[in-house]
Amino acid sequence: MPTVTMNVNGNSVSAEVESRTLLVQFLRESLRLTGTHIGCDTSQCGACVVHVDGKSIKSCTMLAVMADGCDVATIEGLASEGKMHSMQQAFMDNHGLQCGFCTPGMVMSALDIVKRNGHKLDEATVRKELEGNICRCTGYHNIVKSIQAGAKAMGD
Amino acid sequence: MYEFSYHKVASVADAVAAMSAADDGKYVAGGQTMLPTMKHRLASPSDIIDLGGIAELSGITVAGDTLTIGAMTTHAAVAASAEVQAMIPSLAQLAGNIGDPAVRNRGTIGGSIANNDPAADYPAAVIALGATVHTNKREIAADDFFTGMFETALAEDEIITSIDFPKPLAAAYMKFENPASRYAIVGVCVAKTASEVRVGVTGATTCAHRGQRLEAVLNSDFSSAACDAVEIPLERMNSDIHASAEYRAHLVKVMAKRAVDACA
Repeated sequence: MPTVTMNVNGNSVSAEVESRTLLVQFLRESLRLTGTHIGCDTSQCGACVVHVDGKSIKSCTMLAVMADGCDVATIEGLASEGKMHSMQQAFMDNHGLQCGFCTPGMVMSALDIVKRNGHKLDEATVRKELEGNICRCTGYHNIVKSIQAGAKAMGD
Repeated sequence: MYEFSYHKVASVADAVAAMSAADDGKYVAGGQTMLPTMKHRLASPSDIIDLGGIAELSGITVAGDTLTIGAMTTHAAVAASAEVQAMIPSLAQLAGNIGDPAVRNRGTIGGSIANNDPAADYPAAVIALGATVHTNKREIAADDFFTGMFETALAEDEIITSIDFPKPLAAAYMKFENPASRYAIVGVCVAKTASEVRVGVTGATTCAHRGQRLEAVLNSDFSSAACDAVEIPLERMNSDIHASAEYRAHLVKVMAKRAVDACA
């Protein structure tokens, strides 16, 4: 079996995997980082979004072996010293989640949106950028508000 | 997904060597179609040869009036490229409306056209813009590249290296998208050059193709009103849960008219 080595949330990890192991399986089952969720497993829903070398990707549609040598960032890497990341805090403050299943992917996509579009986000931009993240509870309204608030807080 | 042997290669030559050593090998670019297909067990290759590590296949360059996009360039990179936006803004726009942001960070132009999904966006633009597909063996004109549903002129071991797009006077791509997948139910690309108007149609039939009836009228009268007179034949139109043949034929005209208006 191939061995993969990658840097996940700042820690170097190495493990044997099957070639067919998906990155999301590797994160959840080998590393026990279960914050990254599997929603649809068909690259539609975005619950599995993580960052690979700084870019948001759907970890259900990338093989673990493809991420060999890469920097991977997951939801578990955002909080530091017991304090939530500004974007996580914004989701909490704005009631940006109900069941919470989509939230890790939403937050990781939100950070990618801020990276590419800056700290002042209009509603239309956020809604367009969220095309790859599905939420079945909130109706998106408070997610959009959360991302706008989180983006602003990150710039302050 | 069935197990396979995985090969990460650093050059086109290594990729070809790995393919020739494999029983039933497949090249993978961004994997955004390949991996879902394998999950469904619609494909079960013995070997996967990952082109993602071949640096020479990525990148965007401009030489005179020709825009060259490396096969492994992602949709996100095409959408964000200042060169593409300056040379063929409609191509940047097309790339920026494929799938969603995370898919665009993995999916590539070479993978899209090699897969030739009947509802993919890029084939319409490759056809309308009269692009040239370069491979490790030869160059293939857009008109000869797309040969059928999920079929192209590529040989089993052939690898697209880059695609050349000549700069048009004007071009626009309009799609009526499926709201869930954002694949084109119908997409039409119209390109105007000094010598002719070319139309590429995707989503409507089993394979992207030139809209020759539309071209015929647009070559004499480049206006959206001119499209009204065109009869779009129903017999080759796809008909499925998303749209009937009649509706698709109607959409071909509507998307063509919007594209012509956007060229003005």
